[in-house]
Amino acid sequence: MRIHLPNSAFLGNIDPFIRSFDSSSPEELKISANAKWISVHPVVLSMAAALGLVVKEAHCEKLEATSKHYLERMGLFRFLKIKSGMRIKEHEPAGRFIPLTRISDSGQLTKFLTEMVPLLHLEPKQAEPIRYVISELVRNVLEHSRSEHGAIVCAQYYKESNIIRIGIADTGVGIKSTINVSHEAPTHLEAIRLALTPGITGTTRREGGTEFNAGAGLFFIKSLACVSRDFFLIYSGNAMFKLLKTKEKEITLNADPLMDRHSCDEELPFWRGTVVGIDIALGATDEFELFLDLVREIYAKTVRERKKARFRRPKFI
Amino acid sequence: MIEIRLSPIVGDFAENKDLAREIRNSRIIPALEAKEDVVLDFEGVESATQSFIHALVSEVIRKYGIEVLDAMAFRNCNETVKKIISIVVDYMQETD
Repeated sequence: MRIHLPNSAFLGNIDPFIRSFDSSSPEELKISANAKWISVHPVVLSMAAALGLVVKEAHCEKLEATSKHYLERMGLFRFLKIKSGMRIKEHEPAGRFIPLTRISDSGQLTKFLTEMVPLLHLEPKQAEPIRYVISELVRNVLEHSRSEHGAIVCAQYYKESNIIRIGIADTGVGIKSTINVSHEAPTHLEAIRLALTPGITGTTRREGGTEFNAGAGLFFIKSLACVSRDFFLIYSGNAMFKLLKTKEKEITLNADPLMDRHSCDEELPFWRGTVVGIDIALGATDEFELFLDLVREIYAKTVRERKKARFRRPKFI
Repeated sequence: MIEIRLSPIVGDFAENKDLAREIRNSRIIPALEAKEDVVLDFEGVESATQSFIHALVSEVIRKYGIEVLDAMAFRNCNETVKKIISIVVDYMQETD
């Protein structure tokens, strides 16, 4: 496999990076990078680190970019089991980032959620949506992905834009396998669409889910990005769905993600597992309760309509 | 009536579904089976995930019907927690 870290890959312009990912030769990973500058979304680092855990050997070309130390600080080379040779003065991470972290069980997640708030120096109100997102996404990985390596997560706070960017990647079975246990999704994109639809879970066909899964987690997170008018990306198999930013004053949550302002692609290099990236503007965290109001409105309505659509009357002939 | 204080079990962020299931199976359902009312006290819980609340109450609603809410109450919930509980209760009433 081969990954090239470009000079810029954030959720808005990440498509060329994903298209350049070479998933052939799954036993080794080669990493190259832009010679002058590397500035990437945490999701890019989570992907690279997740691959580092599954390959027999990882190689990284000698990095020249002045920003290369960032990769060391985020812990990428530790995941790749490569000695970078870089000597950095470890900065106090508070207020800046959450380095790459592997979470393999529920207890580790709870500990991580407790420790991440002071790391990012967030006010409790600001922390609310961030830990909500990480909890739901990582629990999805732990419960559904069947990944041997759990979830790889990292995050970065960007002071100028007042945004937290979060990336989570796993190398499990992917959304299509999970959804197809109870639904029919012929393509990876259709599986992603179903996974983002409220009330649909791979664990059952029953409306409302099981006692443990409602089929709501990803819909909530996409909705949160929608309310804060930020990007949200999900990539699994050969397909990617990306919620695009909107400037519309009135926010509408859609049960069908394809009704949202989005882009999608289903001819991408194959990612064995699932990748999620999200940006959350901290200024928008006041809108968490508005978000819950909107979700309440749309969620029950969607389940009701889907149930009604399946309603059948007897045929008297 | 039995009262279940959640924050000593789940902390200030109620997100651990395994704990929710344990509370449901070991405390809520036995109390309801014994015809006792149940009060879930969220004092000290700043926030909760929909997944946690779902794991805590959805099966109770499915097992006993929505009327079970006559025997259950949610105490000391802040606005966020109230809204998440309302979402789960709403959609449980629309489901099979």
